[in-house]
Amino acid sequence: MTVPRPVAWLRNTWRQLTSMRTALVLLFLLALASVPGSALPQRSVSVESVARFYERYPDLAPTLDRLGAFNVFGSPWFSAIYLLLFTSLVGCIVPRIRDHVQALRRAPVPAPRRLSRLPAHAAGLTAAGSPAEAADRLHRALRARRWRSIVRRHEDGTVTVSAEKGYLKETGNLLMHAAMVVILVGVALGAAYGWHGNRLVVAGEDGQFCNTLSQYDEFGLGNRVDGTGLPPFCLQLDEFHAEYSERGEPLAFLAQARVHHGDGQWRPVEFTVNSPLRLDGANVYLLGSGYAPVLRYTDRYGQTQTVVAPFLPVDSLGTSEGVAVFPDANVSPDGERDPSLQVAFEGRYQPTASAAPMLFGSQHPAEQDPLLMLLAYRGNLGMDSGEPRSVWSLDANQIARGELVQVGEPEFLAPGETMTLDDGTTVEFLGTQRWITVSVRYDPGQPVAAVGAFLLVAGVVPALLGRRRRVWFRVTPAESSTTDRSIVEAGGLPRSGHPGFAEEFRQLVADLPLTIVDAPAPDPAVAGRST
Amino acid sequence: MAALSDALLTVTVLLYLAAMIAHAAEYSFGRRPTRQAALAGVAAGGGAVGETATSASPEPARPARDWWAWARGGPLGAIAASLVFLAATVHLVTMVTRGIAAERIPLGNMYEYALTGTFIAVAAWLVVLVSRPTLRHLGLYVAMVIAIVLGLVRLVAYTPVGPLSAPLDSYWFFIHVGSAVVAFGAFLTGFVTAAMYLVRAGHEEGKSRFPYPLGARVPAAEGLERLTFKLHAFAFPIWTFAIISGAIWAEASWGRYWGWDPKEVWAFIAWVIYAAYLHARATPSVRRRIVIWLAIAGFAAMLMNLIGVNLFFSNSLHSYA
Ligand code: HEM
Repeated sequence: MTVPRPVAWLRNTWRQLTSMRTALVLLFLLALASVPGSALPQRSVSVESVARFYERYPDLAPTLDRLGAFNVFGSPWFSAIYLLLFTSLVGCIVPRIRDHVQALRRAPVPAPRRLSRLPAHAAGLTAAGSPAEAADRLHRALRARRWRSIVRRHEDGTVTVSAEKGYLKETGNLLMHAAMVVILVGVALGAAYGWHGNRLVVAGEDGQFCNTLSQYDEFGLGNRVDGTGLPPFCLQLDEFHAEYSERGEPLAFLAQARVHHGDGQWRPVEFTVNSPLRLDGANVYLLGSGYAPVLRYTDRYGQTQTVVAPFLPVDSLGTSEGVAVFPDANVSPDGERDPSLQVAFEGRYQPTASAAPMLFGSQHPAEQDPLLMLLAYRGNLGMDSGEPRSVWSLDANQIARGELVQVGEPEFLAPGETMTLDDGTTVEFLGTQRWITVSVRYDPGQPVAAVGAFLLVAGVVPALLGRRRRVWFRVTPAESSTTDRSIVEAGGLPRSGHPGFAEEFRQLVADLPLTIVDAPAPDPAVAGRST
Repeated sequence: MAALSDALLTVTVLLYLAAMIAHAAEYSFGRRPTRQAALAGVAAGGGAVGETATSASPEPARPARDWWAWARGGPLGAIAASLVFLAATVHLVTMVTRGIAAERIPLGNMYEYALTGTFIAVAAWLVVLVSRPTLRHLGLYVAMVIAIVLGLVRLVAYTPVGPLSAPLDSYWFFIHVGSAVVAFGAFLTGFVTAAMYLVRAGHEEGKSRFPYPLGARVPAAEGLERLTFKLHAFAFPIWTFAIISGAIWAEASWGRYWGWDPKEVWAFIAWVIYAAYLHARATPSVRRRIVIWLAIAGFAAMLMNLIGVNLFFSNSLHSYA
């Protein structure tokens, strides 16, 4: 029968795709394609480093970007490789699962004609009783040793026993390969239905947020999620504690908070690094922390405003930098706003200041000798321009344009101290509050991937350490009918290469209900013949 | 205690160097093992030479294992191997005193990680040495690699004793790093046998350029190849587990189980290359030499992961050391 050409072509392609060689090439390509994912900055890891790369290599970056180099693991070529690999994988294991299930139900194969040709062989054995009895005893003894075994009677009066062991190897191998599909499904579920939002929370009265997108500084949504209908809960961060070693390494963190699930009933909770807050429908992770100096500014009209300004840590010993802005400063009592009289402060905070705070950073991340350096600016903060602005720094363009001007020189303030500007207005450093960054996440694929990972480990161990082997026994009637013993010949075949088989075979023969009458000279061909 | 540990590390490195020199001396002046003996020793899988399946005697006579076989066959070799044992002992004490000084398992930073990882590699090697005494010559390379790694780590990655910082304070951390270290040690030993395979295989083909003549002193290529596979078959599931336990820890710590952080990328690359190695070995049409090169590439990715990522990608979340 001839097959139409396209069908033949398809069949051929499929055969190629599901071959071990193709799988090998695809695996290697997958490894190779991952390399740029670590060598180049990735958007999924850090948007900022991609931006920095753009600044440093303005010519190269757009081309690389078009090739997907900043999003390697979501790029078309990376996806093509793993999709082909998984197609190959499924195409490869489905027939093997079928074969394996059949093999599990089928009886072990009949004994080959000449057992002496097998890599392992033992002759000159006898067993008590008729061939049928002897074979039956062998069969039961093999069963007891967890061999799959079957007895076959033959017309010439001989009885053979076929036994096989080590199906777990193939089972494990198939389980392991199938587990990878499960993991991929888990990852895909997460990408489709997962979401996350990150934000900064100041401990204390202002430390409350609810689980809606507008309350996150940054968020990411799976492609099947529109961000409405997130589980309704609110979190109030009351206190944050940090404990450090003498050398300033963080030893323990603790966030103490309250949560309610849209019903207004607050209940106390705690979470820390490595121990997230697991809520219904989302988890809250503690990612980072810092200090937020609290500043009270008294303007020309005697009005005071207080700002809690989170500062960004710039080293591991707590030195932090940031800005405090007072856009509503110096609004006259009759409501007249002079935008050139807005006020802001650039600051550098040291929880434990050194003797030369101008030169060195903080000496320890805990507040042992807090000191805040402030530099005042007055002018238009440029906050109405509608452009996105950083909360960590002042608008450099406004400063460059001369719209925002430095006032006086930097001054150092301890908590409670006040600095007076040239126009007589004052700013008081009231102290600090702690802030944390949290990530609120939901990933429905996670349990699926976890099950896959578990199956992967469960499968890979027997797949690699398991060994398939077959043994056969041929029991023939004794030549003289005066004895009630039968003659037994044994042979063994290791299916997966392992040099220990010869030893195992010898031990098995010695342990079975057999008597060894004459030990023939060692067969030198046997020793070297296992692969 | 910390100072003691630091001093002992110097002793450890010196002992490995001494072992290396003794092994090299054995190479140059010691008795040359016959090819037959080497072949048979490997093929019989550690059992006594000439023992085969057919010699099933009435007594199930297991060959009595000769635990001291590694110390026979020439005084130089015995001295060299003993020095490795001694070095490993001091190595262990270095690790334990470090652990006592820090009051925890010595796995808290890259220095301790390397200290423990190399010890596990040596322990794996000693198990191989006792069960396959014919491989004793490989001790030269083991001692050399360990001495270099320990020396480098002492120079570039030394960290004073300190408590574990909060982000690492998780039992998943110990499970993760512990299994990664064990896998690394086994991969390291597998890398040594893989490299020896290449040398030996070249020697067997009659190549005489450096380094192939060194192959004259090592066991047959076929046995080395099998040993390489065994080591990788042992290490791969542990590495798989290490990556998964890392993912579990990452979930608790950063909220996502996998984020393609550079360290994660290289762990993944190494895993995939080792999977390719296992595949290649099971594919008859792939030449053994290519199979072995895959194993070596896998180890290069492991090294990149252990050292390269910490050096080159300071933006990695994993840059604790
Ligand atoms: C996601 C990609 C894959 C990974 C990570 C992977 C991993 C592995 C590993 C670690 C082994 C060694 C365990 C053992 O020997 O039983 C293995 C074996 C095997 N794999 Fe894969 N595999 C993948 C895809 C495939 C594909 C696409 C095929 C089919 C073409 C395949 C067919 C096999 C076979 C037949 C074995 C058994 C080799 C032997 O006889 O020892 N695998 N695989």
